[in-house]
Amino acid sequence: MSHPPLIVLHQVTKVYGTGVGEVHALRGVSLAVERGDYLAIMGASGSGKSTMMNILGALDLPTAGRYLLDGIDIQALDEGQLADVRNRMIGFVFQGFNLIRRTTALANVELPLVYAGMKRSQRRKRAEAALDAVGLADRMGHEPSELSGGQQQRVAIARALAPDPAIILADEPTGNLDSVATAEVLDLFGRLNAQGRTVITITHEDDVAVRAKRVLRLHDGSVQSDRRRVARAAPGAGNTVIGS
Amino acid sequence: MTFDSLRIALHGILANRMRSLLTVLGMTIGVASVIILVAVGNGASAVVQDQIETLGTNTLFLVPTSTLNGASGGDDTNRPGTASRLVELDDDDIKALSNPANTPEMAGVAPMVSAAQVTGTFQGATYTPLQFIGTTPNYFDMASLELASGSYFSEDDDLAHRKLAVLGQTVATELFGESDPVGERVKFNGASFRVVGLLEEQGSGPFGDQDSIVLTPLSAVQDTLTGNTGTYSSFLIQSVSREASSAAEAQVLAALATNHNLDPADVESFFTLFSQANLLQTGAAVTAVFTLLLGSVAGISLFVGGIGVMNIMLVTVTERTREIGIRKAIGARRSSILGQFLLEAVVLTGLGGTIGVLLGLAAGQIQVGTFGLVVSPASVVVAFGVAVGIGLFFGIYPANRAASLRPIEALRYE
Repeated sequence: MSHPPLIVLHQVTKVYGTGVGEVHALRGVSLAVERGDYLAIMGASGSGKSTMMNILGALDLPTAGRYLLDGIDIQALDEGQLADVRNRMIGFVFQGFNLIRRTTALANVELPLVYAGMKRSQRRKRAEAALDAVGLADRMGHEPSELSGGQQQRVAIARALAPDPAIILADEPTGNLDSVATAEVLDLFGRLNAQGRTVITITHEDDVAVRAKRVLRLHDGSVQSDRRRVARAAPGAGNTVIGS
Repeated sequence: MTFDSLRIALHGILANRMRSLLTVLGMTIGVASVIILVAVGNGASAVVQDQIETLGTNTLFLVPTSTLNGASGGDDTNRPGTASRLVELDDDDIKALSNPANTPEMAGVAPMVSAAQVTGTFQGATYTPLQFIGTTPNYFDMASLELASGSYFSEDDDLAHRKLAVLGQTVATELFGESDPVGERVKFNGASFRVVGLLEEQGSGPFGDQDSIVLTPLSAVQDTLTGNTGTYSSFLIQSVSREASSAAEAQVLAALATNHNLDPADVESFFTLFSQANLLQTGAAVTAVFTLLLGSVAGISLFVGGIGVMNIMLVTVTERTREIGIRKAIGARRSSILGQFLLEAVVLTGLGGTIGVLLGLAAGQIQVGTFGLVVSPASVVVAFGVAVGIGLFFGIYPANRAASLRPIEALRYE
């Protein structure tokens, strides 16, 4: 490996509240994620996986420990710089899709590019390409309310992809979807990973985790297990995830 | 980015059409009422100015302060110099003022003797005119009084002690109805006067109905009503031009000081000069207060409209908490969110302001008789500026609240 890991967590703790009401959501988690990896973070509710998601997504800062994202020390950043990191390096996919209402699919996908300050013609091209990549080229003018759940989630994935982020960070991406749509979305993640994109999903469902190359289990804020599912597979190197 | 922010803001506004419409309406009413009410004030001001103009150009009205105070109920507490010495206008003053060496900027002087509470009777009709004045014939020209019928009286009539009268329209109507009074004989406090002329209608002035007036030769009033005291109630003075009126004013006061051995610095406590400029100033001051009053009432409605904007923006921010969370998660900086909501507030008020300005300008065309609205460009600029300013002011709190939301909590908001 000539590159350092994309993500390095070192002894990360997160404590909410103070005194008697103190909650230790994470108790010293260390983790390294290579470029092109496909990681599933699993755990029961209360295991700290949502906190992991918030910290990995630069939505929240650790109480102690270090988080390096592509060599950037996240804790040293101010609010505006954190926003820029989220904008350029992280593509979020949420359980509830979190598209902006009464706004077309195309405009939703363009939004992170607007905040990146990209020119209109350029971001339109990028957004169209992203929607095309998720198979929604014919739904660009539709608003979220006119799309099925699976389609909405694919718009959200297109939005996450549009700025060409270092990581796709998905939080229970299939939690609100039926089995057909779930398969569609998971196939899509598989393809993206096959193309070299780093994907991290947070889930409690085994059939979601089974698609990942590596599964990290959290329990009470600590890493319980960290297993690589496909042995000896170099990340991204012609590795077919689907059907593995 | 500015254009994008504007599009995002417009999108937010259009997402809730009805609510945005009502908010815009509030601002529209505020802005339009400021423009319209200020225009009403200006219209009133224009009417007052017109009326003062009708008093005649470049004329000054000179009254001994003692007479003035006597007439107004003896309130001389504010003029401590007057009680000690009674100074009145007499023939010497006319001579002194008529001397061009003393008053080069003065064109003429007409002495006046006013009789109070003079009741005219004609065939059972009675009427008490507001003004009953004995004066010299040059008064008509100086006061720009035109005749509707008949003629003025002359110097000869005065010398011959002829009891003649020129009536204002109101007096004529009250005593004669529709018929022509010229040539008829009227009794004023029992003395019989022959009507020789009828004045053109003057309209209503700052001192009331200007048509409620009777003018007679000096000798006629003195013979029948006031007695010949050798003094005059007041002088009407004309300056050579409008520009010269303040110079003439100074010269008149100086001549009076010399004539009555008064301290030139103190002469103004003995004589009061009403100039048209003074009247205009007084009129302007009165209507300015009126306009200010109307403007501030309208300003309150603008302010209330602003509170409406704040209210709506707070509701909008709460409603869109999740959207704000999404935007922040995908990389919106604090300033982008702040800008978005602030711009939304400003677009709302700006839109309301624009419609309000159009409405105000349309209402400015209204004309009722001689009274018309006069839209002041300043009021348009100020009202619009204040509307947008209110958008900023009342938008900043909700926008800041939106921008300060933490993305995790905002995303969790249902």
